[in-house]
Formats: sequence, C-alpha cells, structure tokens
Amino acid sequence: MASLLHQIRHQSVTIQAPLPLDSGQSLPSVTIAYQSYGALNADRSNAVLICHALTGDQYVASDHPATGKPGWWARMVGPGKPVDTDRFFVICANVLGSCMGTSGPASPDAATGAPLGMAFPVITIADMVRAQAMLLDHLGISRLHAVIGGSMGGMQTLAWAATYPERLTSAIVIASAARHSAQNIAFHEVGRQAIMADPDWQDGNYYDKFCMPTKGLAVARMAAHITYLSEEGLTEKFGRRLQARDIKSFGFDADFQVESYLRHQGLAFTDRFDANAYLYITRAMDYFDLAEPHDGRLAGAFATAKDVRFTLVSFDTDWLYPTAESRRIVQALHAVGAAASFVELSAPFGHDSFLLDVPALDRIMAGALGGGW
Amino acid sequence: MSALRPDLRIIADAIPAGVRALDIGCGDGALMAELRAQKAIDARGLEIDVAAIEAAMAQGLSVVQGDANRDLADYPDDAFDYAILSQTLQTTERPDLVVDELLRIAPRAFVSFPNFAHWRVRLSLLWTGRMPMTRLLPVAWYETPNIHHVTVSDFRVLVRDKGIRVERAWYLSGDKPTSDAAAAWRAEHAIFLISRG
Repeated sequence: MASLLHQIRHQSVTIQAPLPLDSGQSLPSVTIAYQSYGALNADRSNAVLICHALTGDQYVASDHPATGKPGWWARMVGPGKPVDTDRFFVICANVLGSCMGTSGPASPDAATGAPLGMAFPVITIADMVRAQAMLLDHLGISRLHAVIGGSMGGMQTLAWAATYPERLTSAIVIASAARHSAQNIAFHEVGRQAIMADPDWQDGNYYDKFCMPTKGLAVARMAAHITYLSEEGLTEKFGRRLQARDIKSFGFDADFQVESYLRHQGLAFTDRFDANAYLYITRAMDYFDLAEPHDGRLAGAFATAKDVRFTLVSFDTDWLYPTAESRRIVQALHAVGAAASFVELSAPFGHDSFLLDVPALDRIMAGALGGGW
Repeated sequence: MSALRPDLRIIADAIPAGVRALDIGCGDGALMAELRAQKAIDARGLEIDVAAIEAAMAQGLSVVQGDANRDLADYPDDAFDYAILSQTLQTTERPDLVVDELLRIAPRAFVSFPNFAHWRVRLSLLWTGRMPMTRLLPVAWYETPNIHHVTVSDFRVLVRDKGIRVERAWYLSGDKPTSDAAAAWRAEHAIFLISRG
C-alpha cells in the first residue's frame, strides 16, 4: 500500500539549498509539501503556521488525498473558525521525515533514484523547524503572527520559539511537552520494534517490493493509539462489550469491541502512512529535549524568547503529555519573564482531546490569535 | 469606562502606566483588561478557576492556572513592578507568607480584602452568636472560601510586624470612601498599597 501512498501528488517546493541537520549530516536539497488557506495580506503580517503531530499531515483543513476524510483540524481551521482563514494566511507543511510529499525515507537517492530508506539521515524536531523556516523564506514570510501545534506540533512550536524567537508573535502549544519522557520513549520503542520485527520490513528496503511491513506498522499504531485515549474514554466507548457476538469465542478472534476497533485503526493507518517515516519521526520525538543544550535548564531555551506570547493548554485525561509537562514549561517562561497563559482543560478524550470537540479550546484559540495585542 | 468592582477601580486608577504587573486571583481578567486598555500595562494573571481563566484567555489576556498558596514560588524575584492581590488574601492558607511572596516578586503590592471588623459583621456576631453572613460575606462558615478572615487592624499589625511600609490605604463603605480613623468600624473593604520596608 505504501507504494500507492507515494504515488499521490502533493503541492510542494524543492529548495536547492543544503539543510544542515542536528546529526551533523545535511540534506543537499529539501522538498517540502504544504497546504495553505486564506490570503497573505499586503504587509505579510497575517501568516499562521500550523505544525502537525506525529501521524498528521499538511491537509489540516482539506480532504485527505489517500483516505478522502476531512482535514484533521477542519473543526478548528477555516472561514469563521477559531483559526479564521478569512483573517489569517494559514500554512501547514508536512514535516521533514514524513511521507506526504516532504523529504523523508521514501525520497529518492540523488545518485541512484532509488528510495533512500534507512540511508535517510536521522532527523530531529529542530531539523523539522529549520525546514519549515526555509519554506517560509521561500514564501517571503519573515514573521509569523502565530505558530500553533498540538502534541509533536507543540514540540515544533516550542522549538520555533527557541530557535527563531524574532520570527513569531505567538506560540500556541497544546497537549505537548518540552521533552520526551522515559514513558514516551518506551511506547515509541514498542512501535519501532513492531515494525522492525515484521519480516516485510527488510531493513527498510521495501518500497519496490510486493509486501510492505503493514502488520508491524499496524501493531505500532495500535499500541500508540491506546496512549492517545483515556481509560475513561475507552471504558465509555467499549467497556467489555463483545464484537458482533453474544458469547465469547474461546479463541483469539477480536471478541471484544475494543480489539476490533484497534485492529481497524491499525490497518487503516497503513493506508496512509509509511513504516520508515514512522521510525524516523518517533525517533525525532524521542530525541526532543529543549533543555538539554542548556544544562537541563529549560529556561535557558527561552532566554531569547521573552517577547513571544505563549499559550499552553493541557487536558486532564491526557496521560501521554500530562499537565505537569505544561507546568514545567510555564515555570521556565516565568523565569524569563515571557507572557504566558496556561490552563488545564477538562475533556474525556485523553491526549486526542486537542483534535476533538472541546469548545473551551476553540475560545482560547480565538483569544490567543485575536487578543488585542 | 467599564463597571469595575470598586476596589479594582481604585487599584486601576492608582497604578502607574506602563508598569509590569501580576494580578493574583485575577478572575476573568476584568482588572487586567482595564489595565491593558487604560494604562498600557501588559499584566499577567494567576487564577485557580478554570472557567474564569478561559474567559480571560478568550480576551487574549496572559493568565496562568495556579494556586496562590503554592505557585507564586515559580515567579523570580522582582519579576514585576507591582503585585496585585484583590479579595484573595483571606482565602489563602498562610496569608502572612503570601504577603512575603508578593513583596519578593515585586517591590510594591496592592492588597484588598473585606474587613471582618465592619460594624455590621461585629453586630451580627454579637447578636446572633453565629458566624456572620453579610452582603460581602454571604457564604456559610462551613463552605466559605474565606478561611482566614482579617480585619483592617489585623492587617496593619501584620505589615508593621514584618517591617512592611504602607504607602497608601483606601477604605470603602459600599462604594464610598471612608476615613482612616473610622476604617476599623466603617470600612467594608480595605485596599493597601504596601512596599518593602
């Protein structure tokens, strides 16, 4: 299926300039696929960058070309929506290392034309942000009204504030963290091992083969999907209800609704995502620790960002990036005197709350973007 | 001009323009919005109630969810020019330590509170023998958030003992000012501007 995925045409630009990476390697050129909504105003002051999450993409408010489903944040972004495309020029770029048109492991080797696979260099969140900055340079946008992101998008947003503080007015960070915890890394490692244990993975050289590591990728997605939900949400949605049967099978079919749901989620995911991209992006997230270059002092990362206005939101049922991680960011922002807003919202959907119907988040988003300042 | 609560009106009028201010227990940000509009003050807020924080954030105000009992420690020394604690002192676990924190975070602080020694409160206690419930203190003793009732005289003694300077004080009966001398009996509200001694 991945071969079909890679046949989709995306709007993209190829920038013929080297992209230096945190690993010390560099990409000789970079292709960035992106979508934009609304119109850039005359003084180029209304641009908003949305950073997507691990398995997100640039189709924030338009139908997904592989699945046909509405954009992943269509409820938040559009005309008259909290991120109002009648007011703002909204840009969302597929992240570096991903599989929706931006340079990643499925990109061709410059010399041979064959997919790079695991020869693609390991990338970081900061590398993703540097690639986005190159895109904005290409689009002639020197300063953003806001950078917005949930989950891994929030990490990019924090990295934006730390790396290019002079290029953004507001940073809106939802259900995110300034570092990956041991638990976060542990769950990612389960996913990566599931992919790499699939015999069809073939050390990442599967692009021209008949079989893709869909089983491994599906298991990775199943494990990750659990972390995006809350126990309360799972119990409410599925409880111990059986799937299309009245009695237990005393076998290993998907007896329970929750099993059937997860299997479906895992399988559907393989239609729209590339296993190698999953390895690379989870690795980038695991390497993320904004405080690391500052002797573990997070405030050091924001020392030059005190003029950025930060808005942070966490959710009470999100155990993947819990409120304590947002509070840690707030403390660091207090230490540098940056304007910060923070609230923990109550929502039953766990980490996924940032994507779902939480009206308070809509109001906060509109306020953070509108704001009078 | 918006209909600001009388003690907030006094603070909004007294604070100099353009300063850095932290409003502790800022509620829905009414004072912060006024300071932004009238005094070009980019105020920051701390508030515990989520609905109030949402309302403030929806106006684009910088408000952080937190508890005055614990989270003031996150602010560095002299982070602000003014700290503001309106109608919150009497709800804190250790008002004396909160006052210390105010004057660590900022060299000056506004503190406003309902005066528990207002004559109506005194009479209510005297005649009924029960914890007073008045217009300003309308909640029964077992569910009131006001766990440390304080009087004008109590506060004067507290700041004197701590060597804190009282730069100015305002006393309100209803929304009318009342004199220093009569305040102990007649003030329903007191607003103090204090600074490091």
